[in-house]
Amino acid sequence: MTADNQGDSPAVPPPPVLSPLLQKVVDRLGPMVVEHHSAAGDDRIHLAREHLLDAARILRDDPALAFDLLLDVTAVDYYGQPDDFTTNLQVWDQNRSAMRRQPQRRHELVLPPRGSEPRFALVYHLTSTTHLHVLRIKCRVPEDDATIASLTPLWPGANWLERETYDLYGIHFAGHPDLRRIYLYEEFVGHPLRKDYAKQGEQPIQEYVGPGAKEPRRPH
Amino acid sequence: MANNRRLETFLVSGSGAKNGPVGEGQAFPESFAATRLQDAINWARKYSFFPYPFVTACCGMEYFSVAGPRYDIDRFGAALPRFTPRQADLLFVVGTITQRQAPILRRVYEQMAEPKWVVSFGACTSSGGPYDNYAVLQGIDRVVPVHLYIPGCPPRPEAVLDGLIKLQHRVQTERAGQLWPDLNLHGSGRKLE
Repeated sequence: MTADNQGDSPAVPPPPVLSPLLQKVVDRLGPMVVEHHSAAGDDRIHLAREHLLDAARILRDDPALAFDLLLDVTAVDYYGQPDDFTTNLQVWDQNRSAMRRQPQRRHELVLPPRGSEPRFALVYHLTSTTHLHVLRIKCRVPEDDATIASLTPLWPGANWLERETYDLYGIHFAGHPDLRRIYLYEEFVGHPLRKDYAKQGEQPIQEYVGPGAKEPRRPH
Repeated sequence: MANNRRLETFLVSGSGAKNGPVGEGQAFPESFAATRLQDAINWARKYSFFPYPFVTACCGMEYFSVAGPRYDIDRFGAALPRFTPRQADLLFVVGTITQRQAPILRRVYEQMAEPKWVVSFGACTSSGGPYDNYAVLQGIDRVVPVHLYIPGCPPRPEAVLDGLIKLQHRVQTERAGQLWPDLNLHGSGRKLE
């Protein structure tokens, strides 16, 4: 397994020989690739978020790559995790036990130190239905400006995936045509898959707003 | 039903031995029925449930099993699921109810005509089950009154039938204008209209 750290780490040198797919991707994208990993057949590149849209367009349109299917868009919250959390298991355990449910104060949350910055990582899974290869893209975004370009212009299927990520992580997708909650209701406050949202943090039950309601939900 | 004496008094009276076997010249000669009107109404109600299965999750498979020919809920008169709550008087809430689903469940309950009963089918509807988090309603009695809880994850079909028989007994013993005395109608402190 490779370390998931962002900074320079001399202890984990990059693999000397890239996988065929990763070699093609790195050749094509050039300096846009910040970092790349290849382990057990999983190829992953890290991009700066301002390069995401350009890189994704190249990955989709290049006939040798032809990533015509966006499988998934999701995010990771690195709140409370040290930069070297894959190797620093002691801090990892401390933070996890600090965030574990405390029955006597079940609606509160004990927060560990903030940990790795930038806080979020967007994760994109790309697939080519012609070449049958898979690539994973990671982009880190900070908490105070959790915004990234939407991939809906390239893959229309990104629409609901990005709505889901917005709903649960609160990451805004610039250029998304209809960015609103998809699982939770509009009145919900916060984004529950963020690590600083209490797991048992229930919110008040809302009035019925479906068909036939006295006050139907206002148009978005 | 061995546990229901009122039903026996209602049924036995029509065909006493002194009247002779049925079918000699006239059906039920000199027969009569003596009961209280409330008992007769309750007797009719408890054997003609029209359930509305509000199925949201995996417990639904168990509900299908109960409704199917092997366990056959038809033996207890609750065979015919309605496809709208407006035609039903027994609300089976089967499966996990989320916070977002809760107002819809309440709406479904309000659409049913009186008299109506609610059965909480399985652990999730009764208490939230294993899902103790921000998204899942911790028991449907926070939004609707519940007359019967069936435990299990999911409940065995025998448990469902046992629960239904218990509900029938409770319906038989109901009195007009009297709510179930031990029913917590104010589950979350919220008064039902």
